Amino acid sequence: MATFILRRLLTGLVTLLIASFLVYFATAALPGDVAQQLLGQDATEEAVAAMREELGIEQSVWLGYLSWLGGIITGDFGTSLVSQEPVSEIVFGAFGNTLLIAVPAILIGVVLSVLLGVIAAVRRGRAADSGISVGTLVAMSIPEFVIATLLVLIFAIALPVFPAVVLSGSEATLGELLPAIWLPIITLVLAMAAYIVRATRSSTIDMMAGEFARTAELKGLRRRQVLTRHVVPNALLPVLPVIAINIAWLMGGVVVVESIFNYPGMGALMIESVSTRDLPVLQAIAIITAVVYVLANLAADLLSMIIDPRQRRTSGTVSAKTTEEAA
Amino acid sequence: MSTEATPQQDPQSTVAKKPRRRLLTTTGVGLVMVGLTVLIAVLSPWLTPYSATATNAHIALMGPSAEHWLGTDQYGRDVLTRTLEGGRYALLVAFLSTTIAVVIGTLIGAVAAYAEGWLDEIISRVMDAVLSVPAVLAMLLIVTVFGQGLWVIVLAVAVVYVPAVARVVRGAARPVANSGYVTAARARGERGLPIIIREILPNVRDTVMVEFAMRASWVILLVSTLSFLGFGANPPTPDWGLMVEENRTALTVAPLGTVAPIVSLAILVVGVNLAADGLAKRMGVDRAARAAG
Repeated sequence: MATFILRRLLTGLVTLLIASFLVYFATAALPGDVAQQLLGQDATEEAVAAMREELGIEQSVWLGYLSWLGGIITGDFGTSLVSQEPVSEIVFGAFGNTLLIAVPAILIGVVLSVLLGVIAAVRRGRAADSGISVGTLVAMSIPEFVIATLLVLIFAIALPVFPAVVLSGSEATLGELLPAIWLPIITLVLAMAAYIVRATRSSTIDMMAGEFARTAELKGLRRRQVLTRHVVPNALLPVLPVIAINIAWLMGGVVVVESIFNYPGMGALMIESVSTRDLPVLQAIAIITAVVYVLANLAADLLSMIIDPRQRRTSGTVSAKTTEEAA
Repeated sequence: MSTEATPQQDPQSTVAKKPRRRLLTTTGVGLVMVGLTVLIAVLSPWLTPYSATATNAHIALMGPSAEHWLGTDQYGRDVLTRTLEGGRYALLVAFLSTTIAVVIGTLIGAVAAYAEGWLDEIISRVMDAVLSVPAVLAMLLIVTVFGQGLWVIVLAVAVVYVPAVARVVRGAARPVANSGYVTAARARGERGLPIIIREILPNVRDTVMVEFAMRASWVILLVSTLSFLGFGANPPTPDWGLMVEENRTALTVAPLGTVAPIVSLAILVVGVNLAADGLAKRMGVDRAARAAG
């Protein structure tokens, strides 16, 4: 088991290393002159040279990458080109605000989706199942910006229950943010639910048809007990990777949601940095989301080992197989 | 994981016939929705007497009338005209980039499945690394550096979705690569590439078709989202995502300007998803379990 965890950690690290490489080279080692591009056509030569120095591309690209990577490992993401403040301060402040909407959204979203998926499976072919199917179809067919716009129309304009935007910007305190987090959370929950509901429904139906469910039923357990003790824990195994990837995607949804509700998190910071072309900030955000992705997948693997004792014994072969199949 | 069609639930006779006809209609309804959207997008310049981009401040933000069925936006442009033309950009980009992503992803996935060993491992790690940055973020990063020209967007969207396709195709091609006929072909002395093209690819065709439909729905959503954020279609291009962004400030005055593009986008993507679901069921590919790709 320990070997397996170690191996997964290593793979995660390798993934991160490649991701950092791609992010750096996509942005810093482009054909053409980044410094020139960032400053625009009519920048003076001195300004371009100064910018090159700033970005660390005066040296060779590889050295630039290594020193950038070294900085990240020690928590130093460089300096913002716009505000001249350390990138880590800016980004982690915004990341904290993002967690304030992302963590509740993940908790509510996962519990609700699994519940709906199990209900749909148990009520297969009946009204509840059809209703849930139509709901998931619609939810996966409309983007976050539509969900958010409709929510604003309903809850901020038609029935003014929640504020539509945060007015105080990035200096907002926790007290000012709290009333404004609900619509963003609902949007994120709706955006992540559809695929988890579907995966749960399909794997619960598979498990209910399994031999062990039949055995449990025949030995006289009540239906509810068969479901909660035998079917659902097993059905969750293939759903875990789906949940993990949805958590990672949530970081993308956050960009849209925060820009609509003017919420001062990492997504809004990203949009702002795109318009000001603040590359170091963008690179840092990309790396943080990659870390979230790796951690979410790692957590899913560890959780499936806790649920499924078979995976503990075989040092990873079973788990590697199930995650691959589900992915 | 098996598909959810377990034979023990229904009597045999209905299993054989009934679901098949019903599934055909699911795909059919989806394809009709997509087809109509495409048809309207193609014919749009001839469907209304107005230009989608000509502004007229005198008639800004009007409600529905006999002349302007869905009213006008803040620049006095006809909302109906803009909505009818509004699918063009997203459809074009989605078609091109989905095709590129599926072609390249399928090849990479098939090669990884056939090669196994270190090549497979390297491909898998690189794909995983690309997947680890969410699509919207990756797009924003690329747009910042390369600008937002049509081909930049098309290629960037394709690059972002290649890993997901490759992963799924690799999973489907794995059992094929280990099958008797591939071993036989290898024993006959055939080389890797012909085996991949002649033996493996034909056998993952169903998976690839479902993959195309599924990715297309995500790509349309991603492209619309980019336009909404201001990094896709450029004003004054009529585009649903961009229209929602432009008109939502006037949501209370002229709601149709926001609602019309939303409904059109929803019809298109629901159509694509229905088609994907129908295809997946008919070909026995479990779409729900693949959402993690």
